[in-house]
Amino acid sequence: MTGTRPLISCRGLTKVYRMGDQEVRALDGVDLDIHEGEFVAIMGPSGSGKSSLMNLIGALDRPTSGEMWINGRALSEMSRDELADLRNETLGFVFQQFNLLARQDAFQNVRLPLRYARKEAGDIDARAKECLELVGLGTRMDHRPMQLSGGQQQRVAIARALSNRPRILLADEPTGALDTKTTAEIMHLMQELNRQGITIVVITHETEVAGYAKRQIHFRDGKIEIDTAHTDLKRASGDH
Amino acid sequence: MKVGVAVTSAAEALFSNPMRSLLTMLGIIIGVASVMVMMSIGEGAKAQIEAQISSVGTNVLSMQPGSMNRGGRNQGGGSARPFNEADVSAIAEQPYVESVTGTLSGQGVNAVSEETNWVTSIQGATAEYFEVNNWPAVEGREFTQQEVQGGAAVALLGKTTATSLFPSGDAVGQRIRVNGVPIEIIGILEAKGQSGGGGMGRDRDDMILAPLSMVRNRITGGNRWVSRHVSNIQVLVQDGYDVMEAQDELATLMRERRRVEPGAQDNFSVINFADMIKQRAAVAENMSMLLAFTAAVSLIVGGVGVMNIMLVSVTERTREIGLRMAIGARGADILLQFLVEAVVLCTLGGLIGMAIGWGGVYAYAQIAQAPMLVSPVIVATALGAAASVGLIFGFFPARRAAQLDPIQALRYD
Ligand SMILES: Nc1ncnc2c1ncn2[C@@H]1O[C@H](COP(=O)(O)OP(=O)(O)OP(=O)(O)O)[C@@H](O)[C@H]1O
Ligand SMILES: [Mg+2]
Repeated sequence: MTGTRPLISCRGLTKVYRMGDQEVRALDGVDLDIHEGEFVAIMGPSGSGKSSLMNLIGALDRPTSGEMWINGRALSEMSRDELADLRNETLGFVFQQFNLLARQDAFQNVRLPLRYARKEAGDIDARAKECLELVGLGTRMDHRPMQLSGGQQQRVAIARALSNRPRILLADEPTGALDTKTTAEIMHLMQELNRQGITIVVITHETEVAGYAKRQIHFRDGKIEIDTAHTDLKRASGDH
Repeated sequence: MKVGVAVTSAAEALFSNPMRSLLTMLGIIIGVASVMVMMSIGEGAKAQIEAQISSVGTNVLSMQPGSMNRGGRNQGGGSARPFNEADVSAIAEQPYVESVTGTLSGQGVNAVSEETNWVTSIQGATAEYFEVNNWPAVEGREFTQQEVQGGAAVALLGKTTATSLFPSGDAVGQRIRVNGVPIEIIGILEAKGQSGGGGMGRDRDDMILAPLSMVRNRITGGNRWVSRHVSNIQVLVQDGYDVMEAQDELATLMRERRRVEPGAQDNFSVINFADMIKQRAAVAENMSMLLAFTAAVSLIVGGVGVMNIMLVSVTERTREIGLRMAIGARGADILLQFLVEAVVLCTLGGLIGMAIGWGGVYAYAQIAQAPMLVSPVIVATALGAAASVGLIFGFFPARRAAQLDPIQALRYD
């Protein structure tokens, strides 16, 4: 994996929130590379900057300083529209609160990113159906979010994130609102998607959830405390 | 921009809360309804004036004894010295005159047919009357110069008088008695309808038209001081001759003939029909402008209401906007979504307003007996105005939505 260009790359990434005269350094000079095909879990105490990082990687927010690249493109040089297209084509989001449109059924929710797609999306209805079948909801397509369980809603959200065939799936505490059994189901689904080649970054508080990932990164006070990729490397070099 | 998503999202938003949508539309509904009613009244008045112009002709001067005050009303017409047939002949000689007729009228005459009787008015005139007033007979024939000179006891009836005296049909060839004088009906005049609008006008078809001399000699009686008098002279100005100029020249001629001292007030007045109609048209025009202004104001008020609700809607749906942005909607997509919502809202309001306006137009036409026109132009204008209001007042909220920061919108609660 070393030698190939990373899919996600951050250098000196800093995010400072200003509240009145108080400053919160949510991220403090983070350097991070994530390669294609990785499955990364981000952990750390509350307020350590996990979500802040995720929002920057997801091109939803801009850093105070530092730079980041996705697939080799510097986000600081991209316009609002280009960032929107990047979110549409390359990234898929899964949120803790699902964020489904309440007035639309599962099928319509999944179809939405396809309808915003600027490149030729092909048969979007067929694709939406395919994605719902992939998450095991082929029979619940006409259900509205209200008529689905939490786990099912999160599956719809995952199907929506997958619909545009993203290269990266970003999930901020996707199982935070789910019970243990459903959590396991969702994480198995993520593992399966990762096997199919999608790069996954998932934020979680739970070690069991993080255990599904291949690499764990621990945050503390806006900085990376532990990155299993590096400890593995160090251990490897120490073995020499 | 993705039009399809914008339209479905807008429709969803509107139908998810129909009561609020309806209330929001209220201003637009009222605005469009008033645009409809007002334009229709305006168009109706214009059409009526145009009809009057074509029925009277724009190049007719009417002259009566007595001076004119500023309001255009004749003062002391009864006491002023009447004209006479010599005046009519002198006017006929003038280069600007195409044709001229002198008339004499008798009010409240009692006409009796074999079937019934009817109180009406009688108008005595020379044979030029038909040409000058552009008022032909539609049945039977007009009376001739010879009949006027010979004082023949013949007459034409206005439409109303004809149907009143002969409810069961054919009047031509019948005999009637007018104040006891037997008269033969030789024709029916074309229908002219009401003079003046609003249902308050005089019915111009309720009259009897007969040769001048016969009316003077046998019905109204002569004048003590003026022999062969006439009470009114109507002049058809020649084509290509300026009517205003003719009016001045006619006044000069009559001042000479009636020996009005220089500087003294005219003891007669010349009415220019074209001028009067133009004035009335100008009044109608001002009226429609005022009404259009009122309609515009109510549309603007409606638009502000729409803008207000759209701003509320944008705020309420901030998270939804954030989500749409997170999955790849561009600013333009969001802008379009809310713009479509505002335009659909206003156009829908416009349609409802048009239905109500149509009802209003119909009711007004019934009550006021005034012609009202609902033309495709009015419909298009009303709808276009509604849609434009949506576009203009929807833009600001839509732009605010489009400019939201994705992450802040997504975190909003
Ligand atoms: N919009 C904001 N305005 C001000 N401060 C913020 C904002 N978002 C986050 N912060 C602050 O930045 C720090 C990092 O927040 P962040 O949401 O990234 O933490 P987290 O690791 O995701 O925490 P949690 O596990 O509770 O979700 C916190 O101290 C938080 O209070
Ligand atoms: Mg968080």
